[in-house]
Amino acid sequence: MSKSKSAYSIPGKKGKLDTHIIVVWVDNEAGVLARVVGLFSGRGYNIESLAVAEIDSKLNISRITIVTTGTPQVIQQIKLQLKKLVPVHKVADFKREDKNVIFKEMALFKLVGNNNKRQKALKACKKYNAVILDKTTKSYVIQITALRREIDAMSKNLKKMGLVSVSRTGAVAMTRGFEIFK
Amino acid sequence: MSKLCTGAEIVFKCLEDQKVEYIFGYPGGAVLPIYDELKNHNSLKHILVRHEQGAGHAAEGYARSSGKPGVVLVTSGPGATNVVTALTDAYMDSIPLVCISGQVPTHLIGTDAFQECDTTGITRPCTKHNWLVKDIKDLSKVIHKAFEVATTGRPGPVLVDIPKDIQFQKTKYKKYSKKKKLNGKKNNSFSQKDIDELIKLMSKASKPIFYTGGGVINSGPKASELLRELVQATGFPITSTLQGLGCYPGEDNFFLGMLGMHGTYEANNAMHDCDLMINIGARFDDRITGKIDEFSPGSKKVHIDIDPSSINKNVKVDLPIVGDVQDVISSTIKTIKKTKPDFAKSNKQKISKWWEQIEKWRKKRSLDFINSNETIKPQYAVQRLYELTKNKDTYITTEVGQHQMWAAQHYKFDKPNRWMTSGGLGTMGYGLPAAVGVQIAHPSKLVIDIAGEASVLMTMQEMSTAVQYNLPIKIFILNNEYMGMVRQWQELLHDKNYSESYTAALPDFVKLAEAYGCVGIRAKTPEELDDKIIEMINTDRPVIFDCLVDKQENCFPMIPSGKPHNQMLLGPKDQKENKITGKGKTLV
Repeated sequence: MSKSKSAYSIPGKKGKLDTHIIVVWVDNEAGVLARVVGLFSGRGYNIESLAVAEIDSKLNISRITIVTTGTPQVIQQIKLQLKKLVPVHKVADFKREDKNVIFKEMALFKLVGNNNKRQKALKACKKYNAVILDKTTKSYVIQITALRREIDAMSKNLKKMGLVSVSRTGAVAMTRGFEIFK
Repeated sequence: MSKLCTGAEIVFKCLEDQKVEYIFGYPGGAVLPIYDELKNHNSLKHILVRHEQGAGHAAEGYARSSGKPGVVLVTSGPGATNVVTALTDAYMDSIPLVCISGQVPTHLIGTDAFQECDTTGITRPCTKHNWLVKDIKDLSKVIHKAFEVATTGRPGPVLVDIPKDIQFQKTKYKKYSKKKKLNGKKNNSFSQKDIDELIKLMSKASKPIFYTGGGVINSGPKASELLRELVQATGFPITSTLQGLGCYPGEDNFFLGMLGMHGTYEANNAMHDCDLMINIGARFDDRITGKIDEFSPGSKKVHIDIDPSSINKNVKVDLPIVGDVQDVISSTIKTIKKTKPDFAKSNKQKISKWWEQIEKWRKKRSLDFINSNETIKPQYAVQRLYELTKNKDTYITTEVGQHQMWAAQHYKFDKPNRWMTSGGLGTMGYGLPAAVGVQIAHPSKLVIDIAGEASVLMTMQEMSTAVQYNLPIKIFILNNEYMGMVRQWQELLHDKNYSESYTAALPDFVKLAEAYGCVGIRAKTPEELDDKIIEMINTDRPVIFDCLVDKQENCFPMIPSGKPHNQMLLGPKDQKENKITGKGKTLV
């Protein structure tokens, strides 16, 4: 009769996974990031990337941007659980496909090689607002801002053009137009 | 110019302002300044426990039976880690606790100092919120905020970690002013539209059921009164979770008994077959729902809860109503009275078939057991205990295991706050210290811990606390020498391989009672049981009652893992055609 030897139920059907960008406004106090991140790890939610910094030093507010994947039910839980945390002021949630929201990540590339190679690399980076931050006879440090998958592709492509080191941030997000999220 | 107070003084001033009467605690190096200050505050009584876990559970028992937050005071390091189980327990069962812990002086934090641990780090996942006070100026604000967080919204535990140097430093004390809004975390966000929608669903339903939980109890005694009114006004059947027992009278005809893994046949079948489920302050726990995919497939589901994150967490619902149970029920009753004053009468016809079906299920008498003249059946022991104590406004706590389920099945409650059990976390060793806390809150009431011999040994040391403060708690041990629930699962699912579930060396509980300075009573046969229970009730001192019960008895009915509500296992009378064969090895 019974197939399971477990004292717990067996897992049910899994829903479709979506990628969401969750933006959280928090009091900038000790341990607040641990609370947010601990909530994700403790409840088994994903974090694909994370960006956090103080945005208002007077009101002492930090803005945390988290890219995560989950079923619609899980995404809803993430939002509701976050809202329960005492230092959390508000929580916004955007689908990655949302056209009304701008998402950007920044990456720094260190390229070492001959001039020809480096020029090629710089050209490839052009459409992502490339800025040369440091220049020597043998190397460049280039900064680009782009979407996650574009940076993924770039760091793959640049391998053959002398890419030796990559440093990148998590995504940050902002809505288009004059309205702000309340 | 107002006078300067030390941190320790401020702690007590805050507790006095919060009208705290009892602190459950244990001293140690990092809280000595606070303990030193204790003598100057006569309105606060300190209860010295024997282990910090006991302090936590005692505070839980105090909070659950009185509706006031429980206050715990422990030292740094091991003091704080010992209280973690109790904090987690309170978090799972939504009990308001305020735990104050000492910490090493601020200049030593992070140096692996003696009795240092990262208390706020360790307790972060098991509290609603916690604070490390690094500045004396924040102390009073933080403690008052701690009480606010613990008691508002869905209640829960909080912790304030105070380094020893802060306890010595001086500042001005700021009086407490109650704020209306807590950081935008509002409790009630339902509207009249939600209530109208609920009533529309109620008048359409032909197979409705109320499914109530601990939220009704947490909402206050008024919520339980209103719930009774609501059931009267609708004529709907009602079932309750383990935590909700007492919010509706257990002997009333509308009450189908507890639901869930060890719930009654009628309650679980009614949950499975209903067309409208109204969840009031419960959370669709896995012990309640069984297999989620087949949980009550044909019903519209309404969920009333104060915690928005409880909604759609496990089960998708059709109508969520976020609010305090008391407010939601009160609006519902008002609206029914206004728009459909004779709802129960006009609806009677419509749900009469449903009641007929429920009566059929009831005829199964799923809580029945085969009684014996030679050995005491544990169910019989609980039944007798109930019959002999039901007129005394008795408070019951339990440990965790078979005895807990038998207590829930056979002890009937007709008032809220009379039933204290560890449901969410399932903490063995909860009941004895909880009974200490309950007796502190209700000194003249009868307080009984229905216990198992394995559980009670986990926190047995608190008998010493009970003796010290003359708390006449009764520890009613259903002694079968096994970890009964473990043994039951091993019997049913692991081919009777009773791996490590038998306790081969138990203490003599009667002698143990004497050693603690309380009274030991033993009952061996069904004939002597009543007399011994009466002797226990009439003893005005703490009692350990060693009730030797049948060692093989299992707790039925039962929903086996991974099964929906309508595939229950019934007791031995009904079991022949329903044997479990433990095939497959899906271990979760």
